[in-house]
Amino acid sequence: MLKFVFKRLIEAIPTLLVLILVSFVLMHAAPGSPFTGERSLPPEILANIEAKYGLDQPLYVQFFHYLGGLLQGDLGPSFKYKDFSVNELVGQSFPVSAEIGLWAFLTAVVLGVLFGVVAALKQNTWVDYGVMSLAMTGVVIPSFVLAPLLVLIFAVHLRWLPAGGWNGGEWMYMLLPVLAMAAHYISSIARIMRGSMIEIMHSNFIRTARAKGLPAGYIIWRHALKPALLPVISYLGPAFVGIITGSVVIETIFGLPGIGQLFVNGSLNRDYSMVLGITVLIGALTIMFNAIVDIMYAYIDPKIRY
Amino acid sequence: MHKKTSLALAILLAAGVAAPVMAAKVPAGTELAAKQEIVFNNGAEPATLDPQKMEGTPESRIARNLFEGLVIQDDKGNILPGVATSWDVNDNNTVFTFHLRDDAKWSNGDPVTAGDFVFAWQRAVDPKTASPYSWYIEMTTMANASDIINGKKSPDQLGVKALDDHTLQVVLDKPIPYFIRMLGHTTMVPANKKVIDQWGEKWTSPDHFVGNGAYTLTDWVVNERIVLKRNPNYWDDKDTVVNQITVLPIESENSELSRYKAGEIDITNGSTPIAIEHFRQLKKDIPEQIHTTGQVGTYYYSFNNKKAPFDDARIRKALSFAIDRNVITDKITGQGEIPAYAFVPDITAGFTPVVPAWAKLTQKERVEEAKKLMKEAGYGPDHPLSFELLYNTSDNHKKIAIAVAAMWKQSLGVNVSLVNQEWKTYLATERAGDFQVARAGWVGDYNEASTMLDLLTTANGNNYARYSNPEYDMLMADSKSVVDETKRNEMYNQAAKLLDRDMPVAPIYQYSTTRLVKPYIGGYPAANPEDIFYFKDMYVVKH
Repeated sequence: MLKFVFKRLIEAIPTLLVLILVSFVLMHAAPGSPFTGERSLPPEILANIEAKYGLDQPLYVQFFHYLGGLLQGDLGPSFKYKDFSVNELVGQSFPVSAEIGLWAFLTAVVLGVLFGVVAALKQNTWVDYGVMSLAMTGVVIPSFVLAPLLVLIFAVHLRWLPAGGWNGGEWMYMLLPVLAMAAHYISSIARIMRGSMIEIMHSNFIRTARAKGLPAGYIIWRHALKPALLPVISYLGPAFVGIITGSVVIETIFGLPGIGQLFVNGSLNRDYSMVLGITVLIGALTIMFNAIVDIMYAYIDPKIRY
Repeated sequence: MHKKTSLALAILLAAGVAAPVMAAKVPAGTELAAKQEIVFNNGAEPATLDPQKMEGTPESRIARNLFEGLVIQDDKGNILPGVATSWDVNDNNTVFTFHLRDDAKWSNGDPVTAGDFVFAWQRAVDPKTASPYSWYIEMTTMANASDIINGKKSPDQLGVKALDDHTLQVVLDKPIPYFIRMLGHTTMVPANKKVIDQWGEKWTSPDHFVGNGAYTLTDWVVNERIVLKRNPNYWDDKDTVVNQITVLPIESENSELSRYKAGEIDITNGSTPIAIEHFRQLKKDIPEQIHTTGQVGTYYYSFNNKKAPFDDARIRKALSFAIDRNVITDKITGQGEIPAYAFVPDITAGFTPVVPAWAKLTQKERVEEAKKLMKEAGYGPDHPLSFELLYNTSDNHKKIAIAVAAMWKQSLGVNVSLVNQEWKTYLATERAGDFQVARAGWVGDYNEASTMLDLLTTANGNNYARYSNPEYDMLMADSKSVVDETKRNEMYNQAAKLLDRDMPVAPIYQYSTTRLVKPYIGGYPAANPEDIFYFKDMYVVKH
């Protein structure tokens, strides 16, 4: 197992390097620079600014300079937010996105699996149809429609919850964003779970268990759930990284200081170091969680282990 | 009418007479709220809170409350004394001596001295600071500013010195008549050397921050909020009423609106136009909470004057005439914008614009005129003009572009293809001259006609229309040393006339700022044309 983990780690390095190189080149190829503003700067002033940020150096020098900093864990200064380094900004915003993402993820998994199982067990009854049409709605309604709708109902009309803000992560401020973010995943998980559960419930080993006279609850819990979860897990690995690295839609609508906003604004502002820093972070997390999914797979499915 | 008073006051001030101080003026009998706190949406995350490095509106709106320069403004845009109580000018109008108040203090208790201004301004032009606004000091023609920025002289050679702790002397190369007005800008506020030396670039973090404004910085969560608390060391703190300001960076107009309705925002940002369908509803529901103020700024279309056929003034004029501005300001923007037939907005202080002849015609007559011009230039139904209209991504720009293209098509048979580019790409295209007609806008740096007119001089780095007229350049250069307001006004009108003749750009409307302000907020400025406001002048009524 250790060897497996180690191998995945080694493989990650060239992947990350390619990712950095491609993003670096793409960023610099985009028209305009971090210092292109509404007002064009006199050349001598622009030269002073570029010298300060090392943009007067040849591109390859800038690239190796960046890599050098990265090896020491330094993501460089933000070109847009002049009072902060990228480390500080990511350090401030990643926990926010991660916290909302984690809650949304947990909500999605618990409710999604529950709905999926219920629908599967009550297949072709009104319960199944009800749950599945709800799930379908969740998939179809995008978060940029759902989120303002939630705000309108719970914040503007009922005034039960705040319409936005973070306030250091008070639960009241988190409820609506978590719900808006989880909705789509709940639906997807429920649909995947239902499908795989129905398949499992019709398989031979479940029939055997039933024939032995085991109680239904025991069968589901002991025998059916684990194999039925496999497709959900392969879906969750990549979804997890997406969910914890922030959704720019949710963050913009609720005014949350997360990493999604930084990332999107970073590319609009041509904030080279910011975009690269967050790309590296998301890249590393994606590689890591794909590895974790593989390991979990091996744990749940003996066919992979042996 | 207020233009004249402002003028008179400016002249009064130029002579060094102290005017009444602005502060929160709570009418007698007003019952104040127990909680004196305001939440303001600033519309964007500030790029920095270091006044010598800032360049944009979101930054300066905060900085104005954290720092105070030599002069400030009242609610109508008139100049008021800030840290300076009075000043003297020599006969040539090139040497200004400012007398600073002796009770001005930094938030850490240090006195604000003339040396703090010297330090700040030297810092602004120092190439090491890499300030994107160092050109602003260059524009005041402060002695040696250009050479310092170019690295030819050292920052300590800048034409400003502290005669003593409370006397500041500034030497200009040219007698810029609006120098006092320019001092209100955030680049010109003082800086605390001790704090900046100690903390370097981190001095703007809430833990280290020291300012001399009515408020000080206590909390800063990027992309969420900035919290300002009342500065007890501010010289006029006794007249400040509001204790805390929360500044939000919400960019989305819809989120802003729902949070305003949910009671989480007291004052909206005003820079992002409210979509007209929302605006109409608001006008029905809460008309008393909508505040519209004219602004020194113009929305216009730039013709690429160097590219055929737009090098032909007849084409430019025809296209300009054929735009029905009333349709745009009534049906598309609809928030108090004024149709623009000239480049300088009417609201500009000290400037009485002469209305161009074609502005007095009906739209039908203008179209007739336009058709004639097009025919003269060789275009007509059998030989229609086709070109691209460039605009940067925004609903508002898109709606206007579609409308204008339709007007051109309908009245002149012109075929327009719309090209939409993301902001930075659009800027790069515009700068490279790679366009035919492009959407543009300009908002003045200070309230004076030259802030608009200078834009179209040949050497101006922002003259993307690439208009070049030696006569115009000369007029604008000469106006810089004319102190007499009437004479200068005349020169500006001459320049405006040249623009009207050559039509290098097609002015569309004069900007306005529309803000939602909760009815319990008192002291919100009625009509500041630069949208300058200070929270120290406001108060919260019991509600």
